[in-house]
Amino acid sequence: MSPFMKHHLFWPLCVLAALLLFNLCYSPDFFSITIHDGHLYGSLIDILNFGAPLILVAIGMTLVVATKGIDLSVGSIVAISGAIACLRISSGADQNSMGLILGSVLLAVLLSLVLGAWNGLLVSGAGIQPIIATLILMVAGRGIAQLITGGQIITVTSSNYAYIGSGSLAALPFSIFVVALVLMIALLLTRRTALGLFIESVGCNPAASSMSGIRAHWVILSVYVFCGVCAGIAGLLLSSNVSSADGNNAGLWYELDAILAVVIGGTSLNGGRFYLTGTVIGALIIQTLTTTIYMIGVPPEITLVVKAFVVLAVCLIQSDAFRAAIAARWKSRHYPAEKEMGRHVS
Amino acid sequence: MKTFGKMGAVLALTLSMAMLGACGNSNGGNTAATKAPAANGGTKTEAKEITLGFSQVGAESGWRSANTKSIQDSAKEAGYTLKFSDAQQKQENQIKALRSFIQQKVDVISFSPVVESGWDTVLKEAKAAGIPVVLTDRAVDSKDTSLYVTFLGSDFVEEGRKAGEWLSEQYKDASEDVNIVELQGTTGSAPANDRMSGFAEVIKGNPHLKVIASQTGDFTRAKGKEVMQAFLKANKDIDVLYAHNDDMALGAIQAIEAAGLKPGEDIKIISVDAVKDGMQAASEGKINFIVECNPLLGPQLMQVVQDVVDGKPVEARIVTEESTFTSEQAKEALPSRQY
Repeated sequence: MSPFMKHHLFWPLCVLAALLLFNLCYSPDFFSITIHDGHLYGSLIDILNFGAPLILVAIGMTLVVATKGIDLSVGSIVAISGAIACLRISSGADQNSMGLILGSVLLAVLLSLVLGAWNGLLVSGAGIQPIIATLILMVAGRGIAQLITGGQIITVTSSNYAYIGSGSLAALPFSIFVVALVLMIALLLTRRTALGLFIESVGCNPAASSMSGIRAHWVILSVYVFCGVCAGIAGLLLSSNVSSADGNNAGLWYELDAILAVVIGGTSLNGGRFYLTGTVIGALIIQTLTTTIYMIGVPPEITLVVKAFVVLAVCLIQSDAFRAAIAARWKSRHYPAEKEMGRHVS
Repeated sequence: MKTFGKMGAVLALTLSMAMLGACGNSNGGNTAATKAPAANGGTKTEAKEITLGFSQVGAESGWRSANTKSIQDSAKEAGYTLKFSDAQQKQENQIKALRSFIQQKVDVISFSPVVESGWDTVLKEAKAAGIPVVLTDRAVDSKDTSLYVTFLGSDFVEEGRKAGEWLSEQYKDASEDVNIVELQGTTGSAPANDRMSGFAEVIKGNPHLKVIASQTGDFTRAKGKEVMQAFLKANKDIDVLYAHNDDMALGAIQAIEAAGLKPGEDIKIISVDAVKDGMQAASEGKINFIVECNPLLGPQLMQVVQDVVDGKPVEARIVTEESTFTSEQAKEALPSRQY
């Protein structure tokens, strides 16, 4: 196998390319990008724009998973952050005032930071299993979001707030820049400082890391805080994209999509190793799949089955054992003699 | 032969269950009538106040919120104890809620089923416990209608028909194909199924009206927007959008505007519900036609509950009063809109 094929991004990229090419067969102008009143317009842009919140959540999730943890509460944090921002903006006298919007955004991010810290404290301080610790906020968070919105959908009419999720900067959706910024920060912190190594070592063996002088508690706490903040920003993008906050449906099942993106990207749920760029590709695969299903008109009744099959295929393709088994079968069928020889040699 | 045997067995089982259920009911009725009229008529309604267990679908739209508020307010007004539970769009939550209502021995159970099928078991449990069930807003597809007392709510098929009729009227002289895209509600839910079938039934009359794409938007704005964007990319020539609720239409309007088209002009929009945000859009000419689906079921529901507890006969189907709005009518009606 060539070193190129051994790269951890090879198979995820193949799948993404295959999905995109499949779309091309279906609608020939899938890749066409035109300019509509000063911003780019096309399916690819849509995928990036709608995929942005998922990418953000998945980036945060990657670091949590790297410490052998899991964060199930991201979907709820998405809902809470959107709800609090929209509530504050909708109660303002001038919804377009910059101060109000910045204040609301800051408030939402701060709140999600606190929620992330809560998760982190439960896991690192109280020593609760991550899946249970974050399950608490996953369940309670929906309730909190509904309390904030009063069970209603809050609609805001602020065009400045809508800019965050649906505006465009330099012809590209603004949300892409937000994602790029967060990704850059995450990459710099984990790959240019020792933090990434600490995270991986805590994921491998927290006790050994502690003994070798790494403050495992702080590392765990910080990844949950980062994950919470990522989810909070994703919530802002989502709610601003439709200019409304929906406590019940915003970010529903996001935790599962995010975990899937992380796994497709090559990060192991056993912790100790993570690939941020792989996660981004994973999230893009999921969003492309969703868009594909809408484009080719899969009947809604079987959408989930189609999704499940594609995900299964993606996971199988990425499995070394599965690929080896397939290759062996193919070989034994086509070159039986060679296999026979191989058996004698070994 | 084999299928006959199976069907026979199922039939026998259903019959025996129905009979058992019927026996249980008549027994209960008898004892109440002969032994102690006070136990049923007297103490329950006068001394002990009525407890109503209500399981709501969720809070997925403005419509639903108005529905919830109406029920909560009118229960308070009527002096009933309301046990309210939010199922967050999941059937299993709703079944859990119904079971807990049965355990708590509420007087009447009422709920809006998330989806149409799969209710028989839990409804039989309620029946066995002697608790009458009132369906609101959405129906179940159970064959055994004795499992619930009545179904109070809108006629979704009729709503779909109204939407289709307006469209047929608009395009009755059309000489070329009219391309329609449809944003369905939650897959499998009664309003999605019925609004789709009612609409399809009417537009069948005009061969030029064609539904070229139909996809679920889960009754939410975010999904409505996302799906509409994909529709716009996949289909170059869309003339009409039919959305199963206002929220999806509102999401779709954003997608249409982002594509540089004018909602209401380049693409005609028909929607169902008539919530305030939808009416606002209609008054701005962005939605051309809204079929009303009245959420203020509370007062009617309380009346039904009272009748059921008093043992008065209730009709098996109670339809709420509803109208339709064009853009002009929406402009007039908007200031007095409650929800």
